[in-house]
Amino acid sequence: MARPTKVTNDIRTLRFAADEMTQAELADRVGMTRQSIVAIEKGAYSPSLEVAFKIARVFGVPLEAVFHYPEEVP
Amino acid sequence: MSFREKLTWVSAAVWVLVIALYLRAVAAQLGTAPVADIAYQRPILIAMGTMIALTIAGSIVTAIVTAAGGAISALRSGRQPRRDIDREDERDARIGRRGDATSFHVTSVLLLGVLALVLVGAPYFWVANALFATLALSGLAAAAVKLVEYRRGL
Repeated sequence: MARPTKVTNDIRTLRFAADEMTQAELADRVGMTRQSIVAIEKGAYSPSLEVAFKIARVFGVPLEAVFHYPEEVP
Repeated sequence: MSFREKLTWVSAAVWVLVIALYLRAVAAQLGTAPVADIAYQRPILIAMGTMIALTIAGSIVTAIVTAAGGAISALRSGRQPRRDIDREDERDARIGRRGDATSFHVTSVLLLGVLALVLVGAPYFWVANALFATLALSGLAAAAVKLVEYRRGL
Protein backbone atom coordinates (compact mmCIF):
# COMPACT_ATOMS: atom_id res chain seq x y z
CA MET A 1 0.00 0.00 0.00
CA ALA A 2 1.32 3.45 -0.92
CA ARG A 3 1.97 5.80 1.99
CA PRO A 4 0.49 9.14 0.94
CA THR A 5 2.09 11.02 3.86
CA LYS A 6 5.59 11.40 5.29
CA VAL A 7 4.14 12.02 8.74
CA THR A 8 4.85 9.18 11.14
CA ASN A 9 3.47 8.72 14.63
CA ASP A 10 3.85 6.86 17.90
CA ILE A 11 0.15 6.48 18.66
CA ARG A 12 0.36 2.71 18.95
CA THR A 13 3.15 2.95 21.51
CA LEU A 14 1.37 5.71 23.39
CA ARG A 15 -1.85 3.69 23.51
CA PHE A 16 -0.07 0.75 25.07
CA ALA A 17 1.66 3.01 27.54
CA ALA A 18 -1.76 4.46 28.43
CA ASP A 19 -3.02 1.26 30.00
CA GLU A 20 -3.48 -0.41 26.59
CA MET A 21 -6.06 2.07 25.44
CA THR A 22 -8.06 0.65 22.54
CA GLN A 23 -8.34 2.33 19.17
CA ALA A 24 -12.09 2.60 19.75
CA GLU A 25 -11.56 4.43 23.04
CA LEU A 26 -9.09 6.85 21.49
CA ALA A 27 -11.54 7.39 18.62
CA ASP A 28 -14.34 8.21 21.07
CA ARG A 29 -12.16 10.66 22.97
CA VAL A 30 -11.14 12.63 19.90
CA GLY A 31 -14.44 12.35 18.02
CA MET A 32 -13.15 10.19 15.17
CA THR A 33 -14.16 6.77 13.88
CA ARG A 34 -12.05 3.76 14.85
CA GLN A 35 -11.29 3.24 11.16
CA SER A 36 -9.78 6.73 10.96
CA ILE A 37 -7.59 6.02 13.99
CA VAL A 38 -6.42 2.84 12.24
CA ALA A 39 -5.60 4.86 9.11
CA ILE A 40 -3.72 7.49 11.17
CA GLU A 41 -1.73 4.83 13.04
CA LYS A 42 -0.72 3.20 9.76
CA GLY A 43 0.41 6.55 8.39
CA ALA A 44 -2.16 6.32 5.59
CA TYR A 45 -3.98 9.44 6.70
CA SER A 46 -2.69 12.68 8.19
CA PRO A 47 -5.25 14.17 10.57
CA SER A 48 -6.01 17.86 10.75
CA LEU A 49 -3.97 19.95 13.17
CA GLU A 50 -6.98 20.13 15.49
CA VAL A 51 -7.34 16.34 15.69
CA ALA A 52 -3.57 15.97 16.07
CA PHE A 53 -3.67 18.28 19.10
CA LYS A 54 -6.64 16.38 20.53
CA ILE A 55 -4.75 13.09 20.22
CA ALA A 56 -1.66 14.54 21.90
CA ARG A 57 -3.83 15.97 24.68
CA VAL A 58 -5.43 12.55 25.34
CA PHE A 59 -1.96 11.16 26.06
CA GLY A 60 -0.86 14.29 27.92
CA VAL A 61 2.17 14.84 25.71
CA PRO A 62 3.26 17.57 23.28
CA LEU A 63 2.34 17.26 19.61
CA GLU A 64 5.86 16.32 18.55
CA ALA A 65 5.88 13.39 20.95
CA VAL A 66 3.06 11.91 18.87
CA PHE A 67 3.70 13.00 15.29
CA HIS A 68 7.02 13.27 13.47
CA TYR A 69 8.03 14.73 10.14
CA PRO A 70 11.40 13.86 8.55
CA GLU A 71 14.04 16.56 8.30
CA GLU A 72 14.45 18.00 4.79
CA VAL A 73 17.80 16.98 3.27
CA PRO A 74 19.20 19.95 1.30
CA MET B 1 -15.83 -0.51 8.38
CA SER B 2 -17.22 2.92 9.20
CA PHE B 3 -20.92 3.66 8.81
CA ARG B 4 -20.23 6.03 5.89
CA GLU B 5 -18.25 3.35 4.09
CA LYS B 6 -21.13 0.91 4.53
CA LEU B 7 -23.51 3.48 3.02
CA THR B 8 -21.13 3.89 0.08
CA TRP B 9 -21.23 0.13 -0.52
CA VAL B 10 -25.03 0.32 -0.44
CA SER B 11 -24.99 3.13 -3.01
CA ALA B 12 -22.63 1.23 -5.32
CA ALA B 13 -24.67 -1.97 -5.06
CA VAL B 14 -27.93 -0.11 -5.72
CA TRP B 15 -26.53 1.57 -8.84
CA VAL B 16 -25.20 -1.73 -10.22
CA LEU B 17 -28.57 -3.40 -9.60
CA VAL B 18 -30.59 -0.53 -11.11
CA ILE B 19 -28.40 -0.34 -14.21
CA ALA B 20 -28.70 -4.12 -14.69
CA LEU B 21 -32.50 -4.00 -14.29
CA TYR B 22 -32.83 -1.13 -16.76
CA LEU B 23 -30.55 -2.69 -19.37
CA ARG B 24 -32.48 -5.95 -19.05
CA ALA B 25 -35.80 -4.16 -19.62
CA VAL B 26 -34.48 -2.34 -22.69
CA ALA B 27 -32.58 -5.33 -24.08
CA ALA B 28 -35.79 -7.40 -23.94
CA GLN B 29 -37.30 -5.07 -26.54
CA LEU B 30 -34.37 -5.21 -28.95
CA GLY B 31 -35.41 -6.77 -32.24
CA THR B 32 -39.09 -6.09 -31.64
CA ALA B 33 -38.90 -2.46 -32.76
CA PRO B 34 -36.37 0.04 -34.13
CA VAL B 35 -34.01 1.09 -31.33
CA ALA B 36 -35.27 4.68 -31.29
CA ASP B 37 -38.84 3.41 -30.84
CA ILE B 38 -38.11 1.25 -27.80
CA ALA B 39 -40.43 2.07 -24.88
CA TYR B 40 -37.84 3.40 -22.44
CA GLN B 41 -40.08 5.73 -20.42
CA ARG B 42 -41.56 3.18 -18.01
CA PRO B 43 -38.28 1.28 -17.42
CA ILE B 44 -36.36 4.51 -16.81
CA LEU B 45 -38.96 5.78 -14.31
CA ILE B 46 -39.00 2.41 -12.55
CA ALA B 47 -35.19 2.41 -12.48
CA MET B 48 -35.02 5.87 -10.89
CA GLY B 49 -37.79 5.05 -8.42
CA THR B 50 -36.08 1.79 -7.51
CA MET B 51 -32.78 3.60 -7.03
CA ILE B 52 -34.32 6.11 -4.61
CA ALA B 53 -36.35 3.48 -2.71
CA LEU B 54 -33.46 0.99 -2.42
CA THR B 55 -31.03 3.69 -1.31
CA ILE B 56 -33.39 4.77 1.49
CA ALA B 57 -34.21 1.17 2.47
CA GLY B 58 -30.55 0.15 2.29
CA SER B 59 -29.53 3.05 4.53
CA ILE B 60 -32.19 2.14 7.11
CA VAL B 61 -31.23 -1.56 7.08
CA THR B 62 -27.54 -0.65 7.36
CA ALA B 63 -28.26 1.57 10.37
CA ILE B 64 -30.32 -1.16 12.06
CA VAL B 65 -27.74 -3.89 11.40
CA THR B 66 -24.88 -1.62 12.56
CA ALA B 67 -26.75 -0.70 15.75
CA ALA B 68 -27.62 -4.35 16.44
CA GLY B 69 -24.02 -5.42 15.82
CA GLY B 70 -22.77 -2.69 18.15
CA ALA B 71 -25.24 -3.70 20.87
CA ILE B 72 -24.24 -7.39 20.66
CA SER B 73 -20.56 -6.46 20.71
CA ALA B 74 -21.14 -4.20 23.76
CA LEU B 75 -23.03 -6.97 25.58
CA ARG B 76 -20.19 -9.41 25.00
CA SER B 77 -17.50 -7.00 26.14
CA GLY B 78 -19.51 -5.48 28.98
CA ARG B 79 -19.11 -1.96 27.58
CA GLN B 80 -21.81 0.61 27.03
CA PRO B 81 -23.22 0.44 23.47
CA ARG B 82 -22.21 3.39 21.31
CA ARG B 83 -24.90 5.95 20.65
CA ASP B 84 -23.40 7.59 17.59
CA ILE B 85 -23.13 4.64 15.23
CA ASP B 86 -23.43 7.07 12.32
CA ARG B 87 -20.46 9.16 13.44
CA GLU B 88 -18.84 11.02 10.56
CA ASP B 89 -15.40 12.48 11.06
CA GLU B 90 -13.09 14.70 9.03
CA ARG B 91 -11.72 11.74 7.06
CA ASP B 92 -15.23 10.67 6.02
CA ALA B 93 -15.96 14.25 4.97
CA ARG B 94 -12.74 14.45 2.95
CA ILE B 95 -13.42 11.16 1.20
CA GLY B 96 -16.98 12.32 0.55
CA ARG B 97 -15.72 15.53 -1.04
CA ARG B 98 -13.35 13.62 -3.32
CA GLY B 99 -16.17 11.33 -4.43
CA ASP B 100 -18.50 14.24 -5.04
CA ALA B 101 -15.83 16.11 -7.03
CA THR B 102 -15.32 13.04 -9.23
CA SER B 103 -19.07 12.76 -9.71
CA PHE B 104 -19.18 16.42 -10.76
CA HIS B 105 -16.42 15.97 -13.35
CA VAL B 106 -18.01 12.82 -14.81
CA THR B 107 -21.39 14.56 -14.98
CA SER B 108 -19.90 17.63 -16.67
CA VAL B 109 -18.17 15.61 -19.39
CA LEU B 110 -21.11 13.32 -20.07
CA LEU B 111 -23.57 16.22 -20.19
CA LEU B 112 -21.58 17.56 -23.14
CA GLY B 113 -22.50 14.34 -24.91
CA VAL B 114 -26.16 14.85 -24.02
CA LEU B 115 -25.96 18.41 -25.33
CA ALA B 116 -24.43 17.14 -28.58
CA LEU B 117 -27.30 14.65 -28.99
CA VAL B 118 -29.84 17.44 -28.52
CA LEU B 119 -28.00 19.71 -30.96
CA VAL B 120 -28.01 17.06 -33.72
CA GLY B 121 -31.71 16.38 -33.08
CA ALA B 122 -31.23 12.79 -31.90
CA PRO B 123 -34.40 10.85 -30.98
CA TYR B 124 -35.62 11.23 -27.39
CA PHE B 125 -34.62 7.61 -26.73
CA TRP B 126 -30.92 8.46 -27.08
CA VAL B 127 -31.18 11.73 -25.18
CA ALA B 128 -33.04 10.11 -22.27
CA ASN B 129 -30.63 7.18 -22.18
CA ALA B 130 -27.62 9.47 -22.31
CA LEU B 131 -29.05 11.37 -19.31
CA PHE B 132 -29.69 8.11 -17.46
CA ALA B 133 -26.14 6.96 -18.24
CA THR B 134 -24.82 10.30 -16.94
CA LEU B 135 -26.64 9.89 -13.64
CA ALA B 136 -25.70 6.23 -13.28
CA LEU B 137 -22.03 6.63 -14.21
CA SER B 138 -21.53 9.71 -12.02
CA GLY B 139 -23.13 7.86 -9.09
CA LEU B 140 -20.97 4.79 -9.71
CA ALA B 141 -17.82 6.88 -10.14
CA ALA B 142 -18.45 8.69 -6.84
CA ALA B 143 -18.98 5.39 -5.02
CA ALA B 144 -15.91 3.81 -6.63
CA VAL B 145 -13.62 6.72 -5.70
CA LYS B 146 -14.90 6.74 -2.12
CA LEU B 147 -14.45 2.98 -1.73
CA VAL B 148 -10.91 3.09 -3.14
CA GLU B 149 -10.04 5.93 -0.76
CA TYR B 150 -11.53 4.07 2.20
CA ARG B 151 -9.57 0.92 1.29
CA ARG B 152 -6.32 2.83 0.68
CA GLY B 153 -6.62 4.39 4.08
CA LEU B 154 -7.08 8.06 3.22
